[in-house]
Amino acid sequence: MEKQEYTITLYAENTIGMISRIAIIFSRRKINIESLNTSPSEAHGIHRFTIVITESEEVVRKLCRQIEKQVEVLKAYYNTNDEVIWQEQALYKVPTNIVAEKAPIERLLREYGAHAVVIRNDYTVFETAGHREEIDKLTEALAEYNLIEFVRSARIAIIKDSEGFHKKLKEFEQAEPIEEVVENEYLDKQDKIFTM
Amino acid sequence: MNTLEITKDTPHNKLEEKAKKTQLSGSQAVLEALIAEGVDTIFGYPGGAIMPIYDALYDYNDRLKHILVRHEQGGIHAAQGYARTSGKTGVVFATSGPGATNLVTGLADAMIDSNPIVCVTGQVFAHLLGTDAFQETDVINITTPVTKWNYQVTDASEIPAALAKAFYIASTGRPGPVLIDITKNAQLQLFDYEGYTLCHHIRSYRPAPIIRKSYIEEAAKLINQAKKPFVLFGQGVILGKAEEEFKTFIEKTGIPAAWTIMGLSALPTDHPLNVGMLGMHGNYAPNVLTNECDVLIAIGMRFDDRVTGRLDKYAKQAKIIHLDIDPAEIDKNVKTTVPVWGNCKETLPLLTELVAETQHEEWLQKFRMLEQEEINTVITTELQPSEGEMTMGEVINILNELTQDDAVIVTDVGQHQMVACRYARFKQSKSNVTSGGLGTMGFGLPAAIGAWYGAPERTVVAIIGDGGIQMTIQELGTIMQFGAKVKILILNNQFLGMVRQWQQLFHDKRYSFVNITSPDYTTVAQGYHIPGNRIEDRSNLREALMEMLAHDGSYLLEVMVGRENNVFPMVPQGSSVSEIRLK
Ligand SMILES: Cc1ncc(C[n+]2csc(CCOP(=O)(O)OP(=O)(O)O)c2C)c(N)n1
Repeated sequence: MEKQEYTITLYAENTIGMISRIAIIFSRRKINIESLNTSPSEAHGIHRFTIVITESEEVVRKLCRQIEKQVEVLKAYYNTNDEVIWQEQALYKVPTNIVAEKAPIERLLREYGAHAVVIRNDYTVFETAGHREEIDKLTEALAEYNLIEFVRSARIAIIKDSEGFHKKLKEFEQAEPIEEVVENEYLDKQDKIFTM
Repeated sequence: MNTLEITKDTPHNKLEEKAKKTQLSGSQAVLEALIAEGVDTIFGYPGGAIMPIYDALYDYNDRLKHILVRHEQGGIHAAQGYARTSGKTGVVFATSGPGATNLVTGLADAMIDSNPIVCVTGQVFAHLLGTDAFQETDVINITTPVTKWNYQVTDASEIPAALAKAFYIASTGRPGPVLIDITKNAQLQLFDYEGYTLCHHIRSYRPAPIIRKSYIEEAAKLINQAKKPFVLFGQGVILGKAEEEFKTFIEKTGIPAAWTIMGLSALPTDHPLNVGMLGMHGNYAPNVLTNECDVLIAIGMRFDDRVTGRLDKYAKQAKIIHLDIDPAEIDKNVKTTVPVWGNCKETLPLLTELVAETQHEEWLQKFRMLEQEEINTVITTELQPSEGEMTMGEVINILNELTQDDAVIVTDVGQHQMVACRYARFKQSKSNVTSGGLGTMGFGLPAAIGAWYGAPERTVVAIIGDGGIQMTIQELGTIMQFGAKVKILILNNQFLGMVRQWQQLFHDKRYSFVNITSPDYTTVAQGYHIPGNRIEDRSNLREALMEMLAHDGSYLLEVMVGRENNVFPMVPQGSSVSEIRLK
């Protein structure tokens, strides 16, 4: 079966160690994670993971079943790029004098919908969001104008066809949810304990 | 313990208010949880980081039996043996660091063989976590891939909920091992105990999938149309306590049924539809006919590669129905035509209702015919040799006769395991305890101890090779101290037999480091005050086995068997199951 990019969207309890639990499922099968984002979801106490990998559908389907086997995972979906709306964010740091002097830069930024976040004497930081190829192109172009620093975020994605998770969550909530357990309160006080 | 003392000594603190509430230490809460979960036996080994729990245990001695093993690996294998014969959750205690890491092999074994186990490990004080403190290891991260769930407790008040979750997760759905790591401060800390509530629900956890009627209907249709249907069953039948439902199903449909070594004993050996063992060293007929059946019904088994051989040549002609509680098993190895999600205790009766009463005499006859071929070529000489060296098979054969097919047979890993699984006969379910998925040498002796605690009224015979016994031989000490009535049968071929067999067949007889010498086992046993015997001659075999079984207590019998005997039939690795070799 042919490999292509898949976006895995999974919902899990926000507990310590979740990332490593999930990561192990991939690393054990020698599958490289291309991008991973975690953030709170619309449901209380539940985190949303967005993971991008390039694999065949069969592998991705099996992976999602293994992910769902984890006690703390509520649901894992997988989608092709056509089935999601997705974005990555990028920040670019460029010398301010060059931005000011070179007109093509301004055009470039406008073309890619980038805008300034910080303007200082020495440098200016631009921000844009888009698909990876768009960001790649802008990066390439800016490289010619002394791009000082560049960073890109992990992919975030919304599944197009989803009345999805809310309905599922209600199913999960049928019976009373158990009380939340306090997680490692001592670890929050690390600065008082560690001397480094 | 100190904290407890201090509060006792300062009764004027917040007087009445405190007196009303029950204050427990975290350690006491652990033991209260075990009692509430119906635990009666714990296997364990103490150490600094779990001392508060052991200290509390001193006062719970009348309600909780603790078996001090000689190595934590022994502790967890014992708990596995206990779980397998009792059907209950096995419990293990171990200290931090080396104590906890010694559990890892057993956790991996329990994970792949779906044994319900709860391990409680001690951990360093919470404020020391991450500082490379004495005996600190990152137990949670080490055990994550080999546990169904694990959790670190750093505050005493979390203990009741964490243990309730642990028992619920370990025993429900597809069972598995769970580990709770408790920091020392949490064990010592006093907190207001509000009683123990059993856990019945976790928001993110679905123990069993929703049963879909449409799939059951589709499955029934396939079964009713089938000319040559064939059932493969695994441990799911035993774990689901579905032995009766299973029997009713195959009896109504008249379908021949073959088992994986994990499913062994779920169906009595002498049942007319029991056609034998699947897989690499399984029986001839079920392996050959897997590639002839038209509908393959897999029940609570997971198509392990030791069962399927080459996947691309496995049952390609058949429509496949797969009944499993774990949705991730469906399609994992073998593509399924109809999946039947759910506990087979629930799905089998639904299916039985929809299938027609049938007999497949002609088809069954094929199994009988091939079986006869196997009997003539392999089985008779293995079970009833008239001359030459003793065979493992004849030992098992006489054992069956003397125990009337009613013993619990625990095996280690190797040739003797395959021979025991092939030839041991069973009347009751939960009678076969073996390390299936992980193939852990050293499993047999400690698992037998646990198996006896799980079924103390039964005869427990541990069948172990001369290699495997030496991996956990120290557990003889546990037997000595606690009086577990385990019969230890060492089948000594003076080789790491199974590896030697492969070297003979696939590596030009280059016997690289498989020649293993043994101590004088009867003397070793004597040192542990366990009576024993060693025999080299066929003429003494029956009597020696009788003496072992008649002895009221543990007993060690070493039988010297043929050095270079092989286990046949065999599906060579990388071959299709129908290419099984009879010799
Ligand atoms: C812990 C462990 N180490 C190594 C192996 C590989 N192994 C499988 S069978 C076997 C030989 C077992 O020899 P023995 O215990 O004498 O039993 P026999 O095969 O002779 O019956 C070995 C080394 C294993 N299964 N487990």
